[in-house]
Amino acid sequence: MYRYDEFDAKFVNERTAQFRDQAERRLRGELTEDEFRPLRLMNGLYLQLHAYMLRVAIPYGTLSANQMRVLALIAEKWDKGYGHFTTRQNIQYNWIKLEDTADILQALADVEMHAIQTSGNCIRNVTTDHWAGAAADELDDPRPVGELIRQWSSLHPEFSYLPRKFKIAITGAPHDRAAVKVHDIGLRLHKNAAGQIGWEVMVGGGQGRTPLIAVTVRDFLPQNELIAYLEAIMRVYNLYGRRDNKYKARIKILVHEIGAAKFKSEVEAEYAKHPAQQTQVEEAELARIAKYFAAPKFEKLSRFSPAFEEARRADGEFSRWARNNLAPHRVDGYTIVNISLKPEGGIPGDATAEQMRVMADLAEAYSADELRVSHAQNIVLAHVKLEDAYALWQKLKAADLAAANYGLAGDIIACPGLDYCALATARSIPVAQAISRKFADVKKQEEYGPLKINISGCINACGHHHVGHIGILGLDKKGEEYYQITLGGSSSENASIGTILGPGFAAQEVPDAIETILNTYMKLRERGEEFLVTYRRVGPKPFKEALYATA
Amino acid sequence: MPLLKSNAFVADDYISVPDDEPLPVGGKFIVSFARLQRDWDEIACDPAVIGVRVANTEHAEGAMDYLSKVDLIVLSFPAFSDGRSYSMARALRLDGYRGELRAEGNILPDQLQLMRQVGFDSFVVSDRFPLQVWQAAGQQMSLAYQRGLFRKANETEVWSSRHHGFEPWEEQPHAG
Repeated sequence: MYRYDEFDAKFVNERTAQFRDQAERRLRGELTEDEFRPLRLMNGLYLQLHAYMLRVAIPYGTLSANQMRVLALIAEKWDKGYGHFTTRQNIQYNWIKLEDTADILQALADVEMHAIQTSGNCIRNVTTDHWAGAAADELDDPRPVGELIRQWSSLHPEFSYLPRKFKIAITGAPHDRAAVKVHDIGLRLHKNAAGQIGWEVMVGGGQGRTPLIAVTVRDFLPQNELIAYLEAIMRVYNLYGRRDNKYKARIKILVHEIGAAKFKSEVEAEYAKHPAQQTQVEEAELARIAKYFAAPKFEKLSRFSPAFEEARRADGEFSRWARNNLAPHRVDGYTIVNISLKPEGGIPGDATAEQMRVMADLAEAYSADELRVSHAQNIVLAHVKLEDAYALWQKLKAADLAAANYGLAGDIIACPGLDYCALATARSIPVAQAISRKFADVKKQEEYGPLKINISGCINACGHHHVGHIGILGLDKKGEEYYQITLGGSSSENASIGTILGPGFAAQEVPDAIETILNTYMKLRERGEEFLVTYRRVGPKPFKEALYATA
Repeated sequence: MPLLKSNAFVADDYISVPDDEPLPVGGKFIVSFARLQRDWDEIACDPAVIGVRVANTEHAEGAMDYLSKVDLIVLSFPAFSDGRSYSMARALRLDGYRGELRAEGNILPDQLQLMRQVGFDSFVVSDRFPLQVWQAAGQQMSLAYQRGLFRKANETEVWSSRHHGFEPWEEQPHAG
């Protein structure tokens, strides 16, 4: 993985010193809260319902064992002993004091981390496939380009005061695990007819109150033109994006209002006006970065591990976990381990300091010293030998990290909701917990098959409910929380926005409603058909009828 | 409102002429972009030194057509969070504008360095902050990843520095 050189280290240290000075000026009253706000936001510090919340960047979701240990230390020393992994592959701490923030940022800088641009109207932490570099279907590891974008976007003087926040996601695989079509910019690596590798550039996807799927502005952009082309898109957005209404300020609204064709021609005109200059530097820099992402030294192993098969036969619980939580690795004898942070009745994405340390130790012992945070709020150990899987699982189990529900009904994505968030209109966490308890039986979950349940506590959609196979949106009606259910959303390469089924439900009714939906699906499905496929075949009608039959 | 230029407060020798007042003959004055276009025939013959104020809703590159007469372009920040003029400044510099580029409006010290990096070299600032605050704020970071910025001599362009043999894209320390 990437390591800072002297320049990166100096950059983050100077930035930390700059923030320390800004925080001190605020504490002395030399800056008003209004003036301090954009400054602290660009360092990931929010003022929430009960305290400050600090969001730490985990660029493209990759971190080392040592970095994970520092995240654990921060949780213990400056928070309440836990952290919350987010849908943007970051971690948030919910109980931070302003006075401590500069010290926390320094602790992060010491292990080559930061909180730069995890908030504010700027280019946010770039996200990618959590199986990057390991997935069997991947064309190339997208993380070097993720790092190139991280550097280019850090304190970009032209794009630090955009109309609204800006999120870029990249994938190097045909099967999209990075939800690129619901980002401001989505980049997909592919090969053209001549066999060259380049990017499909998609713009204007997003969720929030106006969910939209991104449109393609360039089918094939050569690798070396990427930064120059991104600058052209960003300039068009910065100049013409709406600033009169923050709910209409994202790039998706601009693309939608002027039309994809017009937007595309504006970008191409801007790009033609200032042609990429000396792209050899970007090429040289990308090549330099790519060396850091060289694959670990894999052993030559058989595809079949007798020890693994024996453990699966002997231990039914392990067998179930292995069936659900392991994914195919591109190298024989290796597997991708998905650690579910969704124990029965737990808070999705939360991990204690102790659990973070366990995962760090396991990464060091079994997985090339590297961890990933997934946008589904789980942790991935990407390079594990099949023969080590059983030993690893036993240690996960001892730390309450062995939930066998990866990709199933219990693997719920949820935002922090009204328990923490100042924007929320309803609670998300208790609803996620209730659903998790309702479907505690993993055997039952397996019968339902692959399923994405997403819960957001307000229309801003941080829980990505629009793209959940089953989406749940918490709203407020005259002081009462109620929950709207959508079906048929997807963030994959066949992205779609879910359809609202009908009137909402009270919090305590939601788990039963989900069960009704799933039982309806079980009745309708054809052999081997997944929930989303059935839904797309039959449409919302039978689900509506089942849900509202008694009304 | 002090004018900050080359790290010092200096006297502003331009006067702004409202659109409905007659143009002075000679001297240094600033007109709106609309006025510049409307009264170009008159302005072109005026011995004065001309500055033009371009709103952040106008197309700044249009001002490039009048450079035979324009020595100053003023861009505005109606709110410190309104970042359009950063892109307008950068585009003007990329188009080759090398005259004075002035920022006015709602400007915070912590934004000064970003403004300078996209090409601004003078700033109408609030008198709420003493000069030392502005001086310090203008150089909080000694390095930047982006290429083609306006840098001070002691600022590092990271990517070009890492790769020997490539000159920084646009190495020109300047007044700001």
